[in-house]
Amino acid sequence: MNLRTLAGLLLAVCLAFLPLVAGPYWISVCVNVGLYALLGLSLNVILGQAGIFHMGHAAFYAVGAYTTAILNTLYQWPIFAAMPLAGAVAALVAVAVARPIIHLRGDYLLIVTIGIVEIVRIALLNDVGGYTGGSNGIFGIGRPNFFGFKIVKTIHFYYLVWGMVAVSILLFYGLWRSRFGRALNYIKEDDVAAEGCGVHVTSYKLSAFVLGAFWAGMAGTLYAAQMTTITPESFNFMESVIIFAVVILSGGSMLGVLVSAFLFIGLPELLREFSNARMLIFGLAMMLMMIWRPQGLLPPRPRRYQAAEEFCGAGSAPGRDAA
Amino acid sequence: MNLLELHEVSKIFGGLVALNELSFSVEEGSVVGLIGPNGAGKTTVFNCITGNYRPEHGRISFAGRDVTGLRPHALVKLGIARTFQSIRLFGRLPVLENVLAGRHCRLKSGLLASMLHTPAQRREEREAVRRCMEELDFVGLAAHHAEEAGSLSYGNQRLLEIARALASDPHLLILDEPAGGMNDQETVALIDLIGAIRDRGITVLLIEHDMRLVMRICEKLVVLENGCLIAQGEPAVVRANPAVIEAYLGAESEVW
Repeated sequence: MNLRTLAGLLLAVCLAFLPLVAGPYWISVCVNVGLYALLGLSLNVILGQAGIFHMGHAAFYAVGAYTTAILNTLYQWPIFAAMPLAGAVAALVAVAVARPIIHLRGDYLLIVTIGIVEIVRIALLNDVGGYTGGSNGIFGIGRPNFFGFKIVKTIHFYYLVWGMVAVSILLFYGLWRSRFGRALNYIKEDDVAAEGCGVHVTSYKLSAFVLGAFWAGMAGTLYAAQMTTITPESFNFMESVIIFAVVILSGGSMLGVLVSAFLFIGLPELLREFSNARMLIFGLAMMLMMIWRPQGLLPPRPRRYQAAEEFCGAGSAPGRDAA
Repeated sequence: MNLLELHEVSKIFGGLVALNELSFSVEEGSVVGLIGPNGAGKTTVFNCITGNYRPEHGRISFAGRDVTGLRPHALVKLGIARTFQSIRLFGRLPVLENVLAGRHCRLKSGLLASMLHTPAQRREEREAVRRCMEELDFVGLAAHHAEEAGSLSYGNQRLLEIARALASDPHLLILDEPAGGMNDQETVALIDLIGAIRDRGITVLLIEHDMRLVMRICEKLVVLENGCLIAQGEPAVVRANPAVIEAYLGAESEVW
């Protein structure tokens, strides 16, 4: 077992027992951290793995939250039933907006994705189709019901959100290990070479986008259920920037995303006593970080291939031993 | 039988006619060299065949099928693999994963199977890794499989590009200056390697400036100048062709 797996397990144990020692305020902070971790993990597929500069993730978060709110308040759908649909609607929006722009590169794409999040926010503000409630948003969203257990208290949400984070980590780990994850890395490194090797670059970029949007949509469901009231201002451009910064700071590994979600959401709370200066301290820390560790906190380790070691061990490799 | 046929292919960049109604063919199982002075349009031909450029005019057919204008990834799937003149490896990824990139199009596991890590997906992965290790072994890089591709020597990076291309089970392998940056010893080894690739039944089309290599390994030469075909045929015949000697101004006997 290596150091990073150990750190991950330790973090998991700490999180599992945290509610025993922490007060309600810190638990609610940690729910928030969990939501950002979830959003960070979903954006990590797009930005960290595939290197697509997408700064509009709050748009899909918003679509998921509003889909849940509308289904729940107008059509009495239970929250958990609305969750996959919220993801699907966010994914559908992602296909519609990403298809025409997916070939753009770097900063050009960044600017367009900023446009997306603004368009969604302003559309919500203008009460699209009479469903979104304008600037008042939607209130009276029901609580989720987990096989008869009604999730109401903050501590319930704490376990719900972090449980979802754990499941996401397992699934995204499988993805990272697979040909899909590798294809995204090839595209990040050199998309012309990737295409020349037989990787359908456009379709993989789009898949990454859609998958990330699906997950952000589901995170939106959790947010809507926890807050019971949502307004367009919860999904402004600043939200997108924070999610983006969480992934950039993380370096692209999943443990990194968790750590940087804590740093971004938890640290400002710790610094609250410095009130006005806290964002200054935070900004300074980010700048120092960019100077001394531009690759991010914890870049992903290279994947290991058992079968390759076995191949070399079998003596098929001529002469030299693997370093 | 002709594996690859170019029929009156033209490629125009702005006002420059890079290729002018170029026609030639590559017979299945042969090693064909594409030569010509700098700027003759050799790499442009490659880019048209591999789908990186779309010719303005003409037709390219591969294994009896019209493939003009197909995207590069689709052509790889049909069996055309290439290496790049300026090495384009995924420098920060391990050597093995670079080869797995070539294998990618032959694997089938989808998004869900990957996320759920199904037994079928794991089996396919193991098999792909084993196959890619064989290709690394074939070019002599198996021992380096875990190193970063960017840390390999220049000559080894070229070999890695060949292994990556071979991993896609190509019928036609297109090599753009495979000996570029190699020393004499490495070039000799490369000649043997190209011979071994041909013996596996893979057709090879290559651009090369190293005339010893071209003369040793190619069964047919195609000579370009200013985007036009000026000669083609067996190496011995082509080298005696006055138009070719003219194109290589002053190059004459000491190079050949």
